[in-house]
Amino acid sequence: MSPRARTVLQPHATPPEAIRNFCIIAHIDHGKSTLADRMLQITGVVDDRAMRAQYLDRMDIERERGITIKSQAVRMPWETVDAEGRTGDFILNMIDTPGHVDFTYEVSRSLAASEGAVLLVDAAQGIEAQTLANLYLAMENDLTIVPVLNKIDLPAAQPEKYAEELAGLIGCEPEDCLMVSGKTGVGVEPLLDEIVRQIPHPVGDPNAPARAMIFDSVYDTYRGVVTYVRVVDGNLNPREKIIMMSTRATHELLEIGVISPEPVPGKGLGVGEVGYLITGVKDVRQSRVGDTVTNERTPAAEGLGGYRDPKPMVFSGLFPIDGSDYPLLRDALDKLKLNDAALVYEPETSVALGFGFRCGFLGLLHLEIVRERLEREFDLDLISTQPNVVYDVTMDDGSVIVVTNPSEFPYGKVAEVREPVVKSTILAPSEFIGAIMELCQGKRGQLLGMDYLSEDRVELRYSLPLAEVVFDFFDQLKSRTRGYASLDYQEAGDQVADLVKVDILLQGENVDAFSSVVHKDKAYAYGNMMAGKLKELIPRQQFEVPIQAAIGARVIARENIRAIRKDVLAKCYGGDISRKRKLLEKQKAGKKRMKNIGTVEVPPEAFIAALSSDDGGDTKKK
Amino acid sequence: MPRLPDGDPAPASGELPSQSIAALGSRPFGIYLHVPFCRVRCGYCDFNTYTLTELGPGASTSTFADTALAELDLARSVLGDAVPRVDTVFVGGGTPTMLPAADLVRVVDGIRERFGLADDVEVTTEANPDSVTPESLRELADGGFTRISLGMQSAAPHVLATLDRTHEPAGVGRAVAAARDAGLVTSVDLIYGTPGESLDDWRRSLDAAVSLAPEHISAYALVVEEGTKLAAQVRRGEVERPDDDDEATKYELAEEVLSAAGFGWYEVSNWTRTPAGRCRHNDGYWTGADWWGVGPGAHSHVGGVRWWNVKHPRAYADSLASGASPAAGRETLTVEQRRDEQVLLGVRVRDGLAVDDLDDVGRRAVAGLVADGLVDGVAAVRDRRVILTLRGRLLADAVVRRLLGVDT
Repeated sequence: MSPRARTVLQPHATPPEAIRNFCIIAHIDHGKSTLADRMLQITGVVDDRAMRAQYLDRMDIERERGITIKSQAVRMPWETVDAEGRTGDFILNMIDTPGHVDFTYEVSRSLAASEGAVLLVDAAQGIEAQTLANLYLAMENDLTIVPVLNKIDLPAAQPEKYAEELAGLIGCEPEDCLMVSGKTGVGVEPLLDEIVRQIPHPVGDPNAPARAMIFDSVYDTYRGVVTYVRVVDGNLNPREKIIMMSTRATHELLEIGVISPEPVPGKGLGVGEVGYLITGVKDVRQSRVGDTVTNERTPAAEGLGGYRDPKPMVFSGLFPIDGSDYPLLRDALDKLKLNDAALVYEPETSVALGFGFRCGFLGLLHLEIVRERLEREFDLDLISTQPNVVYDVTMDDGSVIVVTNPSEFPYGKVAEVREPVVKSTILAPSEFIGAIMELCQGKRGQLLGMDYLSEDRVELRYSLPLAEVVFDFFDQLKSRTRGYASLDYQEAGDQVADLVKVDILLQGENVDAFSSVVHKDKAYAYGNMMAGKLKELIPRQQFEVPIQAAIGARVIARENIRAIRKDVLAKCYGGDISRKRKLLEKQKAGKKRMKNIGTVEVPPEAFIAALSSDDGGDTKKK
Repeated sequence: MPRLPDGDPAPASGELPSQSIAALGSRPFGIYLHVPFCRVRCGYCDFNTYTLTELGPGASTSTFADTALAELDLARSVLGDAVPRVDTVFVGGGTPTMLPAADLVRVVDGIRERFGLADDVEVTTEANPDSVTPESLRELADGGFTRISLGMQSAAPHVLATLDRTHEPAGVGRAVAAARDAGLVTSVDLIYGTPGESLDDWRRSLDAAVSLAPEHISAYALVVEEGTKLAAQVRRGEVERPDDDDEATKYELAEEVLSAAGFGWYEVSNWTRTPAGRCRHNDGYWTGADWWGVGPGAHSHVGGVRWWNVKHPRAYADSLASGASPAAGRETLTVEQRRDEQVLLGVRVRDGLAVDDLDDVGRRAVAGLVADGLVDGVAAVRDRRVILTLRGRLLADAVVRRLLGVDT
């Protein structure tokens, strides 16, 4: 396939009328990256030889999981006939969007950088909850939606059915949906043509002071932070000084250019253009997503609006399994932080787990990605505590305590506890309505509404405490709907709730890693579950060890680990001696790894197993 | 059989470091012979044993005695002229009595020729009750055997069936009586904790063993060893896993029944009616004696060097036929390792450990062990010895860990 554009318009010299900025809204495995690959090939910015699957997803983890965490923007030339019937050369800027629930804010900035969105849906699966949430977000931003059904080459594809569904959602006709196969390339050229025809070109004031919105910011080991921007007004030029409007920090533009698909330094960026900046800063916190860039000489009076500090919603303690890895973990977090403006952490000491960090994340996926990167890129073995949310606790004397660690939840004299809530959207085949409602009610959910997307697919909207969502909601939802349900949620303020802290005591000593803030009605179940689990996992000692679950001084559940009565090997003759001594030597070497809770010796594996078993903190999302 | 330990390579000559043989004769010296044949393989057994009787040249029931004699030649040349007379001989297996009694006697003769036997030598063989006859027992006694250890295991037929044992309970009585008539000191082995064995079954087995009036009784908790048929049955859920608490209760019952019948413990799993009834050969394992282990997979210890032979009878025989040592690996113990062994072995016996032989960590642990009821307080204070209580015998491994500072 050869490029169709005869002359390639150059950055800084491209009229806004020739630009189309669009993003692709799609669910994780609905084929966004494959479609993007085809676009790169068809427009000629990547030749077939250099093509590698999912070109735009840079990190290993992203490629393996088939998801995109960080967005990028690629400039592609295209020649076609526009809506007025004029043939011309155009520039298509494809702004890749993160596809997951935790990155809603980043998605919103990508959308704000675009005039249109390709709504990409798997023709065999239909729309998923996250896609729907992002679609609503795009529609609220007045983006032009180009509906596309992908994977039409699949035998299981039902394009007519899902075209009806899309038409119902966005208010178009089913035949307006384009049919493509990212895999074979079928329908991709007509899609590029339609992008030019349907999506409006950007509008801005070329003579106004420069204003550009940051929609992504990525740390690169060699270049420092690479900042992706969309110019709204004016223009940005190499070597001029720029100001980040939220912090008023000044930087020099060392390099400015476009991605096509590798970085190409240029003479600057004009109205409506999308490209990258390099200023030499080393930390993405100095170049924040959503911020407005202006130039120092003639600064804009006001930013573009919509900027928000990233706010950690979910907290978890991360501990190295081998305590001597603590310095490595600290260095690794320091490095990851350079590329992750939302990651926060501070040292934490746990009786059960030793030295580690209490980390704040945007959500469960963010937690899982950070943990996986720490384990993979820094070769660390980690254990994470059950994720928890942030509680605002008002005491009787009116003081307010913000609790990010359940072990710090105050005892007694509590006037009110507030917990974060989310608005969730669940899409599923209608046969599962009952199961989903039962689950949501069990999780203290409140039904906000329900709509049929088609005859057999339903959208349920629930208000849910975030704490319930991060506990095991997603796993339960998947298992109760045989994997068919999809979930999206957005923070929606907080609510007063009847919450208590349940402590787990081992022979009277508090095992801090298992303290949990739970709803009063669930305290007993949690206490029983955790005490029972520890009873199975902690080896018997020479004395009886009581395990108690308690709210303050009140014991709500109790188990006993009976004293061990026999541990001796029956026979010890000539052939057994070397083996028995070697076992002892191994135990000597393993000794330092035992954790002492009072006089009870617990192998770390027991705590790890208690924290990682299926009904606990497993947060796998597929 | 469990995998052989990891160790250093052993030299083909079998040669030992000179310092290990320097003090030969200052400790008791024994010979162990492993006979790797059985008629049936019992489901729980992980010993190095084979049910084929023809395993190749030098490794068949008919030729094995000659191969063993070849290893005794090697032992004689490695140990040199300083070699002491042999205090104890123990023939184990497998089923030693799968060999003709004449062959067992020929090996004892071979030991006498090469090393000499002490005047009070103890010569024991293990045997299955259904693999001996009054005639074979007399032949053994006449050939120099002084002692026999019979695998009784249980008096309950369903327990014997679970263990794959082929003898009838009544056969044990006949074998013990015939051995006594032949002039042999008798011992019976029992196993407790077999899946399906009730506490009453176990009590009846103990009573039956006592009624045979042997000099010596061993009682072993059933251990599910990796790689055995029993382990597979447990894994598949066909048989319940032996329970530590049940075995503890049964051990306590054994102590109760045996002591009432006049037996006293002298090692965690061994009881005898008189101090003289102890198995001196086994005592040597717990008290740091020297011994040469003859046969496939057999372990040896001489002066702080431990080694072990290749496992398969065919490889074992081939090695000796080519004039090389059959040793597969060995280890030379460090001072710390010798001390660890002294504690882990010494604590198992009735005489216990001298408090003064312990290091600081061990000495400091004694008071706590007494307080926890694991170690006899009177003996610790009056005799300065660490002697296990009944509770301590059941938790001997924990006591060892505390004496060595592994546990606190």
